[in-house]
Amino acid sequence: MEVTLTHYLVLSTVLFAIGLIGVMRRKNLLMLFFATEILLNATNIAFAAISHYIGDLTGQMFAFFIIAIAASEVAVGLGLLIVWYKRTGKIDLDQMNSMRG
Amino acid sequence: MFEAIAFYLFAALTIVMFTITVMTSQALYAITTMAAGMIFISAFFFILGADFLGAIQIVVYTGAVMALYAFGMMFFDTTRKVVEKRGNPQIVFVLGVLAAVLVVAIFVAPIVSNNIHALYPAHEGVGNSQAIGMVLFTKYLVPFELAAVMLLVAMIAGIVLAGKKMDKSLTLMAEEDIAKAHPQHESHHSAGGHH
Repeated sequence: MEVTLTHYLVLSTVLFAIGLIGVMRRKNLLMLFFATEILLNATNIAFAAISHYIGDLTGQMFAFFIIAIAASEVAVGLGLLIVWYKRTGKIDLDQMNSMRG
Repeated sequence: MFEAIAFYLFAALTIVMFTITVMTSQALYAITTMAAGMIFISAFFFILGADFLGAIQIVVYTGAVMALYAFGMMFFDTTRKVVEKRGNPQIVFVLGVLAAVLVVAIFVAPIVSNNIHALYPAHEGVGNSQAIGMVLFTKYLVPFELAAVMLLVAMIAGIVLAGKKMDKSLTLMAEEDIAKAHPQHESHHSAGGHH
């Protein structure tokens, strides 16, 4: 019944797959942001587990920087989303084609 | 034994919560289950002995990020059902193959990592927070400062983007009024010569 590194990596992979499913099936941009948060958290679990089982603090350092990046991503992304919603009244990904890309 | 019980309990809870986040069509259910999932993830950090990381996870994610999302959702229509995407099957196939390759890589990684050694081994006899401080302010000082600058830039960007013209609704204004309210757009368009 001992919990090994593989258990944590399997859990991290499962959570990452859930986030990936969310990224693939969501059209609402706010829901897409939620899915990216799940992806980042899944990698954080893997970093912390590897850091614990190898006895090195580098994994936790990377997890900290990932959390910092996630926080700033949310601030900037939500600001852009609010501006876009004020202009168009929609936050669907399909309607963001003003650049004809 | 206790560790195994805690691991399986929180693993099941986290997976259930994040599945609801991804699958539900209600935005409020999504944000609530995601906040709960973030709290449960911090439990893994406490199990792994990364106490400081677990506290940061609770403070930053459920304190700051979730509050920011809740604030952002005040602008959007949350009672409306979220419409789902009818996906392109080719893209889904390619992404599925990529995810499978990723799973293989993650499973191979511990086998490879048997050869590596700890670069900055944890100090003996000090707590997790103290050891984090020792490593963070010696080896990772420059990335730490860069992260601080990045957070400052993100804060200013958030204030500028969300706080400007908060008393006006640009959706309810006519195009001419918007152009009048933003004279720099007008000059930019005339200078560009297209549009």
